[in-house]
Amino acid sequence: MDEVLLRTLTPRVIGILVRRGAGFAAAEDAVQDALVEAVRVWPRDPPRDPSGWLVAVAWRRFLDAVRADTSRRRREDLVDAEPEPGPAASTDDTLRLYFLCAHPSLAPASAVALTLRAVGGLTTRQIAQAYLVPEATMAQRISRAKRTVADVRFDQPGDVATVLRVLYLVFNEGYSGDVDLAAEAIRLTRQLAAAFRHEEVDGLLALMLLHHARRPARIRPDGSLVPLAEQDRGRWDTRMIAEGVGVLQAALARDRLGEFQAQAAIAALHADARTAGETDWVQIVEWYDELIRLTGSPVARLNRAVAVGEADGPRAGLAALEALDPTLPRYSAVAAYLHEREGDTATAARLYADAARCATSLPERDHLTRQAARLNNPPS
Amino acid sequence: MAKYLMLKHYRGAPAAVNDVPMEKWTPEEIDAHIQYMRDFADRLVKTGEFVGETALAPEGTWVRYDGDGRPPVTDGPFAETKDLIAGFMVIDVDSHERALELAAELSAAPGAGGRPIHEWLELRPVFGTPLTVTE
Repeated sequence: MDEVLLRTLTPRVIGILVRRGAGFAAAEDAVQDALVEAVRVWPRDPPRDPSGWLVAVAWRRFLDAVRADTSRRRREDLVDAEPEPGPAASTDDTLRLYFLCAHPSLAPASAVALTLRAVGGLTTRQIAQAYLVPEATMAQRISRAKRTVADVRFDQPGDVATVLRVLYLVFNEGYSGDVDLAAEAIRLTRQLAAAFRHEEVDGLLALMLLHHARRPARIRPDGSLVPLAEQDRGRWDTRMIAEGVGVLQAALARDRLGEFQAQAAIAALHADARTAGETDWVQIVEWYDELIRLTGSPVARLNRAVAVGEADGPRAGLAALEALDPTLPRYSAVAAYLHEREGDTATAARLYADAARCATSLPERDHLTRQAARLNNPPS
Repeated sequence: MAKYLMLKHYRGAPAAVNDVPMEKWTPEEIDAHIQYMRDFADRLVKTGEFVGETALAPEGTWVRYDGDGRPPVTDGPFAETKDLIAGFMVIDVDSHERALELAAELSAAPGAGGRPIHEWLELRPVFGTPLTVTE
């Protein structure tokens, strides 16, 4: 059975139910029930019209739920209003769901969970497994999120920036469990880009593709991290890189620069270098300047210091670092790297050990500890 | 989102404000305390922030490897061991501030006289997943 097809249909079917008069929360529940039913029935009895099947089953589930509801009056209204043939699926519905699920009234984790369920068509169990929390907790997180947006009008236009932040979170902080959240984020961003022409949507899609292309070289089978300079570039996915570069170039040509396009441009410059030594660091510094102009982000300033260190030498990198707040995440790791490049291995080893103590993930801590150990145990 | 561990100590934490050992409470005070802890966990499930909890027996055994083919060496329990963990709860929250807020709420569990214990809890971040975009 084609699970991705099923998931692709999810937002459209929710949209159809909502336009037939179901509230978003009830529609979403009914569609989730229909998805579970589809997983059970389709393998032995595949429908000729998957979308029509889902709409029919979800609508029946919705009516059942309404009937079970205590509100008799509402039930009669709704049952009377149907069953005329519903309007066809529309990409506008999908777009509205993206906006609703990323509504600014939702906390990031709630927006992420709701997006993965209502737009991504994942089950609560899959989302719970992906984020390493119990299913009951995730179910509550999702129903609270639905209550939060209960009074938001479905046809109200939203802010695409909030949607992009949610998709970026799914991509950037996804565990690599049974559900590949990075791949799911790419699918959802691609679907958004098809429904909504916007430079930053394309910028984010390009950014994701360019980073995802490096994944086979970035993580060893044991989960340990390989720094960019040491990655086997032959293992990068060149087709995905080509797609990312193409999407980015088309976005940049429209001349409305944004932070995701700038970040993607930096990733594209890395992807473009056949070896680490051929990296065009001067251009990368320029893109960081753009990124800082656009966002003022301290993390961008920190990464700019690394790029300056490569373009103009470690001393220049350390000078760029001096202006920054030492409590920034990864500050010590960057300082350690630049000090090592400058030849001060004792300082570098101390800073790598500091950085390991502040790491926020196990692979990162192990990597930084190994860096300190390498400098503390020079080959004799 | 970030996960945090809230550690409760039998021993080794700084003294609580309402620092009376549990066996000196009234049975009703003990009931009220246990109910408070249950309600707290239930609330966290409802807010979508609960990950798990575990309570530990106060007495354990120290074990170490003693060489090939030899049985493990055991020792203890040691009365002088400073740090004795009573149990832990793992939460998944949007911010460090929220983690602090929840730890304070747990620390307010009622003890002797039905008054909050003001127990010190140790809040430790759990390692997350490495970020994909770091450059």
